[in-house]
Amino acid sequence: MPELSFAQAVNAALAEELRRDESVFVVGEDVAEAGTPFKVLAGLVEEFGPERVLDSPISEAGITGLGVGAAMTGMRPVVDIMFGDFLTLVMDQLANQAAKAHYMSGGRLKVPLTLRTTMGATRRSAAQHSQSLQAWVAHVPGLKVALPATPADAKGLLKTAIRDDNPVVVIEDKMDYAVKGEVPDDDDFTIPFGVAEVKRAGEDVTVVATSSMVRVALAAAEQLEADGISAEVLDPRTLSPLDERALVRSAEKTGRAIVVDEGHRRYGVTAELAAVIADGAFYSLDAPVKRLGALDVPIPFSPPLEDVTVPTAEVVAQTARELCRK
Amino acid sequence: MSATGTATTRDPVRGHVWLDAYRKMTLIRLFEEQANDLYRSAKMPGLTHLYIGEEAVAVGVCSALRRDDWITSTHRGHGHCLAKGAEVGRMFAELLGKEAGYCRGKGGSMHIADHENGNLGANAIVGGSTGIATGAALSAKRRGTDEVAVCFFGEGALGQGLLYEVMNMASLWELPVVYVCENNLYNEYTHYLDVTAGDVLARPRAFGIESREVDGQDVRAVHAQTAELVARARAGGGPAFLLCNTYRYHGHHVGDVDRAYYRSKDEEELWRGSRDPLQRLGTWLEEQKLASPEDLKRLEDEARAEIEGGLAFALDAPFPDPSQVTEDVFA
Repeated sequence: MPELSFAQAVNAALAEELRRDESVFVVGEDVAEAGTPFKVLAGLVEEFGPERVLDSPISEAGITGLGVGAAMTGMRPVVDIMFGDFLTLVMDQLANQAAKAHYMSGGRLKVPLTLRTTMGATRRSAAQHSQSLQAWVAHVPGLKVALPATPADAKGLLKTAIRDDNPVVVIEDKMDYAVKGEVPDDDDFTIPFGVAEVKRAGEDVTVVATSSMVRVALAAAEQLEADGISAEVLDPRTLSPLDERALVRSAEKTGRAIVVDEGHRRYGVTAELAAVIADGAFYSLDAPVKRLGALDVPIPFSPPLEDVTVPTAEVVAQTARELCRK
Repeated sequence: MSATGTATTRDPVRGHVWLDAYRKMTLIRLFEEQANDLYRSAKMPGLTHLYIGEEAVAVGVCSALRRDDWITSTHRGHGHCLAKGAEVGRMFAELLGKEAGYCRGKGGSMHIADHENGNLGANAIVGGSTGIATGAALSAKRRGTDEVAVCFFGEGALGQGLLYEVMNMASLWELPVVYVCENNLYNEYTHYLDVTAGDVLARPRAFGIESREVDGQDVRAVHAQTAELVARARAGGGPAFLLCNTYRYHGHHVGDVDRAYYRSKDEEELWRGSRDPLQRLGTWLEEQKLASPEDLKRLEDEARAEIEGGLAFALDAPFPDPSQVTEDVFA
């Protein structure tokens, strides 16, 4: 199996789907020659041309609306929203149009739209380029939300998103783009939505982690192993649909659960995941479900401030030790 | 068939088009009068926005389109929907929340979509469909078709930024889309001049978009302008903007009956009395000897029978089973 970076895996997924299906096209700011500021799309315009890798004006709402209309009429657009913070600019088109068209029309309209965007702090990019807004979109019925944490997941989930007949928001952690991993090179490698993956098996405590926090949770698990605590790291991979059974089963097995996501803690993704576990595994739990997320402050610029804003491996490991009373 | 028979004596093609337009405009007016009655007699849940007075815009525009051309519509969308070919019975059924409705009762008055006839849906967000129509035009071009998209919106949408974002792209990429602005003078309860700076047509012109203005109460003029702009877009000539000056006879919504604080009875009477689109077309048809008063009466009776049949169907149709509430969230 070839080793690719997360960015190369995203690029490969797009290239394969553009090759496979004429109705797929990419639209966004600086997606063509520039290949986005993250260089994730580098080389695509050379192979597929500027009509299928389409540079747009800086009009996030406009390109998302364009994507919705193109999707309703036979195309499979991939709309590139450079920073997840700009989801705020596309919300009407995403939440009121894309998400609702199928239901409001009694199933007559379909919106096979993929919106790719990013998340994540610790790049010293301050409050308007660092947010992890997955909770905002996961709250809306009619949207599917995928959060890949590894290069393989990045490829498989994105290919599934593009082939799905519904609007899908795929959120990638900017800090993950350089991370390498084994990625299947099979053109039909896809990952079904709603299927969690055990990233590391364990017995004493379950750490449910999304996106950037999978890396953090795995590092925490390493630290815990030295203390004699066996942590299971479970990645839901998609928030909607959510593999509730996998969450509950893991918590039933270990009797303890920590939920960690890089979005703000208050009303965040962790609240939903923790509620699913508390509800489904209540009689097997030896301790309350713990939640870790970004502090409820705008993401600050200064490194010493930013570094304490999002959960770290040390914080996850310490929380696990407290849960396990060790 | 005497209606078309009369026309045959002069100009069959021209006669057929305008008699058809007269019948369709009458159908829209009767549909809306019936919707008003349904609401006032508490048979219809929710709220609705009547198109009465603006019929010449929908019919003039849609009569210049093919079935495979696309439209997007507004909260005041029944007229666009009928003009693009929707059935009266299934529309009433949707207004009443019945399963037989176009959206299985899940959309209601403000969300009727009719994909088979190219209607990508009414929209309850002002200006919310401007991106969708522009995207349909992009798709038409990418798929190598000569389909055209028409985006209906009221002058209230001139205040929404999305319109300017997508007009910029439509012009840049020469997309086959016609933006049809229905200026009925009022953004809900506020005169548009109180909230609209500068010259409306200067806005699309700033993007290099072919922009025209037409008397929206004259169905023949609306049709003629649209036909030119659609043919131009179809041939690769790019987007256009058509400003249609029209008037909403009723309130913003059916409950908006005390309107004196924002517009005068005299103004309403002026539009109803001397600029009515149905009267104007009827008078012209008679003057041109394309139809007799009896012919027009027959068309009206036909439309009335269609409304009554559709209404009976909708009233008799069952409500959806509550178990359907979770269906259609995802495709």
